[in-house]
Amino acid sequence: MSILVFIEAAEGSIKKSSIEAACYAKAVATQINSQVTALVAGEASEAEIQALGKYGVEKAYLLEGDPFKNFAIAPVSAALTQAAKSCSAKVIIGAKSNLSDAVLPRTTAALKASMTTNVVSLPSTNGGFEVKRSIFTGKAFATVKLESDIKVLSVKKNAIELSESPVSIQVEKLAVTLSDADTSVKVTGQEKATSAISLPEADIVVSGGRGLKGPENWSLVTDLAKTLHAATGCSKPVSDLDWRPHHEHVGQTGIKVSPNLYIAIGISGAIQHIAGINASKVIVAINKDPDAPIFKVADYGIVGDAFEVVPKLTQALSKI
Amino acid sequence: MKILVCITSVPDTTSKISFTNNNTQLDPNGVTFIIGPYDDYALARAVELKETGKATHITALNVGLADTEPVIRKALAIGADDAIRVNAAPVDSWFVATQIAEVAKSGNYDLVMMGRESIDYNSGVVHSFVAEMLGWQVVTPVMKLDIEGTTLSISREIEGGKEFLQANLPLVVGCQEPIAEWKIPSMRGIMSARTKQLQVVEPTSTDLKVKTLNFELPPAKSGCKYVDADQVEQLVSLLKSEAKVI
Repeated sequence: MSILVFIEAAEGSIKKSSIEAACYAKAVATQINSQVTALVAGEASEAEIQALGKYGVEKAYLLEGDPFKNFAIAPVSAALTQAAKSCSAKVIIGAKSNLSDAVLPRTTAALKASMTTNVVSLPSTNGGFEVKRSIFTGKAFATVKLESDIKVLSVKKNAIELSESPVSIQVEKLAVTLSDADTSVKVTGQEKATSAISLPEADIVVSGGRGLKGPENWSLVTDLAKTLHAATGCSKPVSDLDWRPHHEHVGQTGIKVSPNLYIAIGISGAIQHIAGINASKVIVAINKDPDAPIFKVADYGIVGDAFEVVPKLTQALSKI
Repeated sequence: MKILVCITSVPDTTSKISFTNNNTQLDPNGVTFIIGPYDDYALARAVELKETGKATHITALNVGLADTEPVIRKALAIGADDAIRVNAAPVDSWFVATQIAEVAKSGNYDLVMMGRESIDYNSGVVHSFVAEMLGWQVVTPVMKLDIEGTTLSISREIEGGKEFLQANLPLVVGCQEPIAEWKIPSMRGIMSARTKQLQVVEPTSTDLKVKTLNFELPPAKSGCKYVDADQVEQLVSLLKSEAKVI
């Protein structure tokens, strides 16, 4: 019996959200007296895999072969199902991502397990298995009870603090048998902003809205983001106007973020935008309209012209 | 090619959410229900596929009680040919997926489209459950979908970009923008929706996997601390020593 954590890696490194998932898995393992096994999808360096031991992972399964290289949904799901069977997983945990969104439910269905997503706290395991999850796009929470033998959880960023509990880790290659159907969806290409910090993963997010007047002014956002090692985001009108790419759209129908710090520049704060950001720990709003609804959810606010305030802020931050 | 578009009936994105009955039920007072925004994208793309002769028939499917019928009629007005309502409250993703898989199988659909997630419970798992139940493949979240014969070209969002895929029918897809522009029903669409068939079927029984115990609202924000526009250094020091986020 084991707790299985789904780990995503790329270009040698394990994603930070996956480390959070590993810490969550370790905390659950401690609660129900079990140990943590990991399935590593994607390319992780030897050192990164060993480092999982620091967070309490006792065993890691690695995948080999072309079908797994592109994070194709069906092969990775088949691998996760296989890993769950191999380690007799009782609970499967993954960090929310575009890949895990597709992979975890397939495995859940294959194992006839119970699954819930957007989990924001550790489970209560006294006489059942209950967790709190975010619903209505951050406008509320629900406490749910998972009824099946096997439970699958997709955990929201910042649901748990990172903590170390070092063990020695054993690494094993996982043999997965794939059907023709599993490899029938072919990846034909990828388009990726390579240098950018991933928005869902980032600890700090700097977002711009229509108040910035045009894409030519975006250096205000990107300069501040660079100074803070932050990801850049934008409001829906900005991505609708094609000032910024869709994968930067933060909001109800875009990416929901939960960073430590969210800085909204020239964003009025429509309820749909708020829905995408209200899980952030601290929100800073910079807007020239003192009545902008963004100030209702902000922790810190500056009423002023972004074109004057932001460069000063970037400069002040570059000195620390 | 027959398309099954699954739609949810959810509170409008501007709704203020509150609960009743000892925090066990959504308070529908003052809430307008709409087609889930992501489902609406799926429906709009399905209608485009039919308009360009690539799809022959679109059925809109909802798992819900009779109060969702205005939302189903809107899907008919937008361009679905007929609709099915599985007469049950959508209490659990597994339950809903079981109903969708049943309809997809018995109706010989080739493509099942829905939003990447519903905006009420945000689970985003139903498409993948349905695919696994049917033994089909699933792609989500889909930003572009085209079809030539039985081959689909798809672009899917990945972190920081997109991925291009080739897939075959039958397939399940979870959709998001910019797959299509939302369609506003025309007067003619609204008139014809009144006479289109809306079949009500009883649910297939299945076990519930996840039970919702209660709801709560997030704690209220304590209020915004304002910093003068000329004092940005003060904001920096607050973020550093008070909020401890930089």
